[in-house]
Amino acid sequence: MIRLDAISRSYDVGGEAVHALVDVTEVIESGEYLAIMGPSGSGKSTLLHVLGCLDRPDRGRYELDGREVGILDEAELTLVRRHTIGFVFQFFHLVPRLSACENVELPMVFAGIPAAERRARALARLTAVGLEPRAQHRPDQLSGGERQRVALARATVLEPKLLLADEPTGNLDTTSGRHVLEILEQMNAKGLTLIVVTHDPAVARRARRVLVLKDGRVVYRGSGSRIHEAVELLSAAENGS
Amino acid sequence: MSTLDVLVFAARALRGHRLRTGLSLLGVAIGVAAVVTLTALGEGARRYVLAQFASVGTNMVAVLPGKTETTGAMPGFGGVPHDLTLDDALAVARGVREVDKLAPMVVGTETVAFGERRRQVALMGATHEALEVRRLGIAHGRFLPPLAWDRGAPVAVLGARLAQELFPGNDPLGQVVRVGDWRMRVIGVLEPLGQQLGLDMDDVVIVPVATAMKMLNRAGLFRLLIQVRTHADLERAKQAVVRLITERHGEEDVTVITQDAVISAFSSILGALTMALGGIAAVSLAVAGVGIMNVMLVSVSERTREVGLLKALGAGRRQILAAFLTEAILISSAGGLLGLALGWVAVEVLVAIYPALPASPPLWAVAAAFSLSVGTGAVFGVLPARRATRLDPVAALAGR
Repeated sequence: MIRLDAISRSYDVGGEAVHALVDVTEVIESGEYLAIMGPSGSGKSTLLHVLGCLDRPDRGRYELDGREVGILDEAELTLVRRHTIGFVFQFFHLVPRLSACENVELPMVFAGIPAAERRARALARLTAVGLEPRAQHRPDQLSGGERQRVALARATVLEPKLLLADEPTGNLDTTSGRHVLEILEQMNAKGLTLIVVTHDPAVARRARRVLVLKDGRVVYRGSGSRIHEAVELLSAAENGS
Repeated sequence: MSTLDVLVFAARALRGHRLRTGLSLLGVAIGVAAVVTLTALGEGARRYVLAQFASVGTNMVAVLPGKTETTGAMPGFGGVPHDLTLDDALAVARGVREVDKLAPMVVGTETVAFGERRRQVALMGATHEALEVRRLGIAHGRFLPPLAWDRGAPVAVLGARLAQELFPGNDPLGQVVRVGDWRMRVIGVLEPLGQQLGLDMDDVVIVPVATAMKMLNRAGLFRLLIQVRTHADLERAKQAVVRLITERHGEEDVTVITQDAVISAFSSILGALTMALGGIAAVSLAVAGVGIMNVMLVSVSERTREVGLLKALGAGRRQILAAFLTEAILISSAGGLLGLALGWVAVEVLVAIYPALPASPPLWAVAAAFSLSVGTGAVFGVLPARRATRLDPVAALAGR
């Protein structure tokens, strides 16, 4: 379970403080499927980075699985990222010189897993996302959808409890995007906590719960099925601004 | 992350930029090759000089007239050193029991002519003993006869080239040549000996020492070369010679040097020269190190997103440091190995061109050059690697 208590994060941009997150308080249950929406600059990505232990809040308390993350040092945060959290990015972030299989092996390399076991587990993950025949292809030999599926396999190969996806379909065509979402949802159905940042209401609609951020604050909480409310809110916010 | 994983990861990253990696590797290789080649030259020179001394024997003591020292006497008031005479030589030969053979010598320059052919060469006045003491070899005829040292004789032994030049295609034995104003009969020709202690022994004419002293109008000898019985006798012989000459001259006015001392002095001078050459060449390794640092900084800068990704995937600071540092060390190590190979080829070419020079890099220089090249990568790779570890993962993922 994730517990955020009055989390704030601000940046200094050209000598001016930009408040990316302001007193965000939220509880995200284990196995939940949460979509985070909001206009550009609303703090979605900052929240995702804080949740992923890539960034630290200036104030507030962040508990992950009952453990306060804010007090952990860099080495401990590295272990949390390695074993508890998986990341999927809009632009895939595959290492271009490595094959699909080697990209999936990468987190296991840092975790010190022996080569033979790494290879077997990576191939199993690639099989699970339907890419076993493409295991030896480099990223530039794969389509966008295939690259994102490789990234998905890599994010989940160490069986994290939490998967953070930043616009996972933002760079894909509709069919590939739907395929990726189906895989994500299958993983969620098996107990993986899934948090997706998206601009796309069609993606957010599939989530069990939706948060809408504006100016660093949570301005809407609702179920995915009531996404139209969130969309109206966002339209009003954009028109208002 | 195992050592093998780090190595493979680093090697794969380098393979992604072959030209850049190759060029910076070449920089290290040139530095190492320079160290190997220049130290090989220095060592070759040292061996060459030592071989020159060894060629005239190692159980050798040389007695030179005059004493190298600083005295408190006013200029003009000090005594002029006595000549080192043939009588002194005889006294040493008879009075110092460590002496096995003794060769009194004078050296000058004289014109040697036969018919219309003439050649200015070194004139060496010697005795029968010089054949053994100077390790000379006779190609034709015989060496100087065993005369009493104070007796001259109109005979001459020619160096190999001199004989060839004066008597092209003819046998010089029995012919009469003019040495200066003197007519001398050729009784022997030396085998080719090359340079010995700065004297071209192929372009030399050797006559009895008493004759040479008259020809050159000298009262004193150039030096006495003494061959002692065993190497252990060297120091005792030296002291006995000094004692005896001091007794005869009333003062210590000769310098006695042993072959060991000369060899040791030359060896240390040329050893220092070799080290200096190696040091100068090592500067190029430092320049190559800056090249590696530059390449690695560019690499970190280009791979900012990758570093961010690695952090997101759970790579620790040490693992990222190790990966980038290993890349730098791989470049420098591969460059070092290539440099050793290039240096080896350069030395082989040198030896092929100058066979007389026994050029060969000393083992310490090879080990130091390679270690230094690896160390260069490690030292100059630290800054870029540390920069990679300090990247903020969020900014790095965004490519900032």
